[in-house]
Amino acid sequence: MSFRDTMTVGQKRAATAWMFLIVPVLFFVVVRFWPTFQSSWISLTEGPMMGPRDFVGLDNYVRMFGDPVFWKVFGNTFKYLAIGLPVSLTISFAVAYYLDRVRFMHGFIRALYFVPYLTTAVAMAWVWRWFYEPVPIGLFNQILSAMGLPQQPFLRSMTQSLPSVLAPAVWAGLGFQVIIFLAGLRAIPDTYYEAARIDGVGPWTILWEITLPLLKPTLLFLIVVSSIGFLRIFDQVYNMTVDGQGGPLNATRPLVLNIYNSAFVDYEMGYATAQTMVLFVVLLAITVVQLRLLRSE
Amino acid sequence: MTHKLKLTTAAAGLAAALTAAPASAVEIEYWQYFFDGRVKAIDQLIEAFEEANPDITVKHTHFPYAQFRTKVAAAVPAGEGPDVMQFYYGWLPDYMKAGLIQPLSTEAFPPAEIEEEFFPIVERMKIDGAYMGLPTAVRSLAMFYNKDLFEKAGLDPENPPATHDELVEAAMAISERDAGGNLLVAGITATPVSQDAHYWREVLMRQFGGQPYSDDGTEVTYNTEEGAQALHAYTDLFMEDKATDYGFMNESQASFAAQRAGILIDGSFRIGAVQSMEGLNWGVAPLPSHNGVTSNYASYWVNGIAAGVEGEELAAAEKFLAYLTTDEAMQLWLDVVGELPAKPSVALTEANANDPVYGPFIAGLETAQTTEFVNESAQRQIWLDMIDRINIGGVSVEDSLATAAEEEQKLLDSFYTE
Amino acid sequence: MSITDITAFRKPVRPVRVLTWTLLAMGGIVMIMPFLFMISTSLKTPDQVYDLRFIPARPTLANYAELFADGRFTAWFVNSLITSTIVTASVLFFDSLIGYTLAKYRFRGRGLVFIAILSTLMIPTEMLVIPWYVMSSHMGWLDSYWGIMFPGLITGFGVFLMRQFFGTVPDELIDAARIDGLSEFRIWWEIAMPLVTPALSALAIFTFLGNWTAFLWPLIVTSDRDLFTVPVGLSSFASENLTRWEMVMTGAAVSTIPTLIVFILLQKYIIRGVVLSGLKG
Repeated sequence: MSFRDTMTVGQKRAATAWMFLIVPVLFFVVVRFWPTFQSSWISLTEGPMMGPRDFVGLDNYVRMFGDPVFWKVFGNTFKYLAIGLPVSLTISFAVAYYLDRVRFMHGFIRALYFVPYLTTAVAMAWVWRWFYEPVPIGLFNQILSAMGLPQQPFLRSMTQSLPSVLAPAVWAGLGFQVIIFLAGLRAIPDTYYEAARIDGVGPWTILWEITLPLLKPTLLFLIVVSSIGFLRIFDQVYNMTVDGQGGPLNATRPLVLNIYNSAFVDYEMGYATAQTMVLFVVLLAITVVQLRLLRSE
Repeated sequence: MTHKLKLTTAAAGLAAALTAAPASAVEIEYWQYFFDGRVKAIDQLIEAFEEANPDITVKHTHFPYAQFRTKVAAAVPAGEGPDVMQFYYGWLPDYMKAGLIQPLSTEAFPPAEIEEEFFPIVERMKIDGAYMGLPTAVRSLAMFYNKDLFEKAGLDPENPPATHDELVEAAMAISERDAGGNLLVAGITATPVSQDAHYWREVLMRQFGGQPYSDDGTEVTYNTEEGAQALHAYTDLFMEDKATDYGFMNESQASFAAQRAGILIDGSFRIGAVQSMEGLNWGVAPLPSHNGVTSNYASYWVNGIAAGVEGEELAAAEKFLAYLTTDEAMQLWLDVVGELPAKPSVALTEANANDPVYGPFIAGLETAQTTEFVNESAQRQIWLDMIDRINIGGVSVEDSLATAAEEEQKLLDSFYTE
Repeated sequence: MSITDITAFRKPVRPVRVLTWTLLAMGGIVMIMPFLFMISTSLKTPDQVYDLRFIPARPTLANYAELFADGRFTAWFVNSLITSTIVTASVLFFDSLIGYTLAKYRFRGRGLVFIAILSTLMIPTEMLVIPWYVMSSHMGWLDSYWGIMFPGLITGFGVFLMRQFFGTVPDELIDAARIDGLSEFRIWWEIAMPLVTPALSALAIFTFLGNWTAFLWPLIVTSDRDLFTVPVGLSSFASENLTRWEMVMTGAAVSTIPTLIVFILLQKYIIRGVVLSGLKG
């Protein structure tokens, strides 16, 4: 085959690819990129929501980096990620891995794990708040008390409140992760397992040598999407803390909540978008690093 | 207003004649948050208003409370917002900063007349000589109490505490704990989701001889010995006297509804909810006095005109707003929503003042104070943080108060220097 | 567990299997505890709500009757159903097409397009609602189904998911189809798509659910009460000083039903890719 022929095939394929992409790319430009671009400009201005905005250069950024609350919420945001990601992925993989082998009432058990993901955050946050109450009301403290363990303050503590708010987020997202893991596990052709079984390889080796490597695209997807999810945590904090403020004493407040407050409570669009830009850059950086580290090919 | 209105009508008539179109009616839009009683009341008021003003139609739109601000902030700047809307008096600085509202014209709403007719708390709405909005109704605080729990604790249910010391005594008598020290019944409620901040700022503070802010509102004046005493009066309830636990059952009204709290200090807006509680044997009493001082906190929602409204819509909006603040509208609001009229002439009728439920609230209006917020949510957060530092942060009342005063002063400074 | 239950295992019962099953089932029950508490609260009268007993003292269906009483909830339900279904169909089509293109075509700018689409996951919706609102107001999309739907018609999430799964489809299969003379579009539609059924099912579930529970944007774009979606309508039960939790729970319980149906209908397609096993080797 001559060089020119390959070129033509390649070009033809590229043309097809762009033909498939043109409508979606236009869509993304209009609905996502353009508003984002507008936001980046707003972060350099100040003024009322209506009417002219004054250009203030980097003032909003200077203010942000000098604000101790910003650094506090920035740190919280990473705590959510650092605890939430490993915990949720470990549990969901274990559930999916064993659920995949269970035949009896498989669909029913799977549904049990998925139900939390189906229910609205507002309703569930309310229920969780009662679970965290002291005895005689709170379920968790009742269990601790029955086991002879000391009572815990949970949401009313500087140290325990963040994990306590995170728990329902992990709980709600578990069904999502399990389903993706199951879909990934099932995309692995049976032939690999059959070959391994014929070779008499043990289950542990199969897990490490076959299942996990072949699950890499799924794993990469879940790591990236879950990371973004934990770094953008909002619903649980908004619905479980007093006034939706991420207390006590900002112990649970994540960046997105701070952004929401700046925009819709304080009406400071410039300051809100400046924080959004930081969130955007951080998320993008983390994602690119994860994609590099876990490159599927 | 009449003059202006005539002009507008004439202009409209002329325009209609010129274009040979049928005389066009003005449509204005009214926004408030969704609450069954409020929606019904406004619908009835609109009906009566439209009958009297056949050339004006009012479109009534309402949104869930939690997102009302979000919605207004998005819609008004885009020119899709209302002509007349309700907003909480404490949002005034935010709304002005965001450019969402315009001042009421002093011809249509002369300040002198307003000051003569309304409760003085309404003056908070006056900025540079013009009012930014006017209320139909106001709210004040009083003390709800559970008669059964009073009886159980050996207290006279028909003789509720009248002073702060009696209040503390009653609360300690009512509160009940199990062997492990877990609270079963709270003597009095103390939670973040409550009116406690207002009670401390405008009631306890003044009863202990302090004042929360300077008269012009630019300075925090609560970081004093009196301020600390007033704060102790509140925090001691759960830190020392063990009459309650801070945050017991999340919301104050929850433990009261569950019959797990003896006393609830709350606003008149709670009346409806308490009335609907089957099996709850309750009463209302005025807030207790201390050192012979009675005080109260009043708040209100106002009707304002959105920025950018002009021409015949503005004239119609003014007319509608004027109607919403008539005596007739206020009495209807009391009957349908259960909120107190904003004018003494309507509120202080004999029937209203002697009402066993409304009476204590209406009486409270006479000594009521209204906090001048510069950023209501931020100032509320400072209060919540102050209590959290004392409750779980191990900080003394005095130190926590000083920190709060410092933070709040910073907030005031940045607002007033702008 | 009874004897008949155990015999349902196709292979001889081993203690490990029974233990696995039991642990999974117990975990599942723990998972739905809050859900059961929600149902329980929806069966309580307002004065029982803070009683917090798991089994209501006087269970009642009055809240459900109230929810459907004025017909509004039914309208919100229909609105949610229509918009969620259309958006899901659009997402399934476009996201899988883009995902396939990014996974199986090599062309200049591929990496950039992928990262750019992925980056759309990183801007919180909270920041986009104002520009979207301004756009909708210029275009006259306020208070319309289209207005509710348009921001979600193509999603970065779905593109990423489908790209990952199309990546596992063997190139040989596609090349074979090319040799057979199928058009590029038909290769995607007829050859590649059936191989990623599990992922498509998962995407359908997530998209439907995401739109069913979407709150902030539908709230901003609709003013007409008859055009509200279920979550926007339900938030009316929370007010300035009072939230009617028994009604919130009732609404939440009812609004779980369609998503549960979608899940049950689609979850059976999350099956092992049978087609692939016969082909490799």
